[in-house]
Amino acid sequence: MDSNIRLMKGNEAIAEAAIRHGVDAYFGYPITPQSEIIEYLAKEDPFTKRNGMVVLQAESEIAAINMVYGAAGCGKKAMTSSSSPGISLKQEGVSYLAGAELPCVIVNVVRGGPGLGTIQPSQADYFQSVKGGGHGDYHMIVLAPSTVQEQYDFVALGFDLAFKYRTPLLILSDGAIGQMMEKVVLSEEKPRDNTVPDWAIVGKTPNRERNYITSLFLDAEVQENQNKRLQKKYTEIRQNEIRFEEFMTHDAEYLIVAYGISARISQKVVETARNQGIKLGMLRPITLWPFPSKRLVELSQQLQGILCVEMSAGQMVEDVKLAVECKIPVKHYGRMGGIIASPTEVFENFKTLFL
Amino acid sequence: MNEEILIAGFGGQGVLSMGKILAYAGMMQGKEVCWMPSYGPEMRGGTANVTVIIGDKTIYSPILQTFDTIVILNQQSLIKFESAVRTGGKLFYDSNGLKTLPTRKDISIYHIPATAKSAEMQNLKIFNIMMLGGLLEKLPIVNKKFIEQGLYKSLPERAHNMIPLNMEAFSIGANIVETIHEI
Repeated sequence: MDSNIRLMKGNEAIAEAAIRHGVDAYFGYPITPQSEIIEYLAKEDPFTKRNGMVVLQAESEIAAINMVYGAAGCGKKAMTSSSSPGISLKQEGVSYLAGAELPCVIVNVVRGGPGLGTIQPSQADYFQSVKGGGHGDYHMIVLAPSTVQEQYDFVALGFDLAFKYRTPLLILSDGAIGQMMEKVVLSEEKPRDNTVPDWAIVGKTPNRERNYITSLFLDAEVQENQNKRLQKKYTEIRQNEIRFEEFMTHDAEYLIVAYGISARISQKVVETARNQGIKLGMLRPITLWPFPSKRLVELSQQLQGILCVEMSAGQMVEDVKLAVECKIPVKHYGRMGGIIASPTEVFENFKTLFL
Repeated sequence: MNEEILIAGFGGQGVLSMGKILAYAGMMQGKEVCWMPSYGPEMRGGTANVTVIIGDKTIYSPILQTFDTIVILNQQSLIKFESAVRTGGKLFYDSNGLKTLPTRKDISIYHIPATAKSAEMQNLKIFNIMMLGGLLEKLPIVNKKFIEQGLYKSLPERAHNMIPLNMEAFSIGANIVETIHEI
């Protein structure tokens, strides 16, 4: 068998992807259900045994995100990962990264909350991820993997997009995808690239203006110009980077909108419905920000109703309602607190709500 | 078709690793595989279960309420999961520690006395691979030669000297599985 095909946990796939993609540094602090990321990296020890990637367990989540800020400011590919409570701790740093326009990848393997919550999977961090968990007018690009293969692939995609737009990027996973094992096709290992972007802080070089990285602009006019610059960038991202996947939508009369593990569950629901002659389809946003609103509007012309399946009290459902301007019924079904709805349960609720 | 399997028992019985060996073997045979553990507080003592899906089709939901095949390794799991076998499906159990036995008539039921047999061989660690041998005898979804390769992949190198013994246990499992009733 091809040695580049492996059976991996979602968390391990992220860690291996970081090494193979030539990421310069990982800073993290363990928390269930994502500890396998730092565990795998520590075991692989890429700094001494592979390509020199730095792996460091920081003293806290806050320290880790600020290490990412420092490394990113030097033009390095830096990443961190955590789970919900730890991601909350990182939010100040995330806002600073957005304000200073620094690229990085942050992984959130979501668990149930609020507070310290539970260690079981959840999708209740949607608002925090797409509406800005930190302060100020900013967005992160948010990628939502639904397979272990995507956990692997989105690390490379994440860094490409983060550097293209000089923005922090979030991979919004969940405890189920992080813990489950699936077949992964690995890419060839890339050597780390020592060239740095021209905006990076690399020490004073003669014959050029100094680079300056900050998120502090005391003059309100300067700050507003910075805000306009960010908004222009977000418009560009909205135009170019919306990603989604459709499943049996061609003749669909009803649509499920779901991401991550809920999308996997919903595929099974669609299959069950189709076997019973119900024309159900699914749209899976891959980018949660920017959100595939335009495609939803197009699809809504043929639809009688939309069901949002999320492991939360209903968060993404608001963006779906905004997209279709409530012109058709939009309902939500979800479980909370670490409980995952089974396909049977979702299908029964779909029938109760719409048929 | 994809085969949707649940293995349920106590933490420490080798439930998760039994599923992992099965998933590795399936992958090496070129199949689609998914291994979804219960990773909650139960793995720190108490019940543990794992869903393994193997087949030729894209795997949709790793979260399921009913299964094609369920392997039952303790009383709690029998109570909780006997009803979760789909009509026409298969239930495998080891009677050790069971106060009641499965009663359904619309599914095939098989007994694998793996605890007793592995105790007789004075090595309870080979219990789970013996169960796997019995399971694959009646549910040949992966080729046996890939189980050995799966063991090499899923066991740490220090345990590789145990693989011949495990393969012996696997064969014994295939021999001791008894059909309670088949549909």
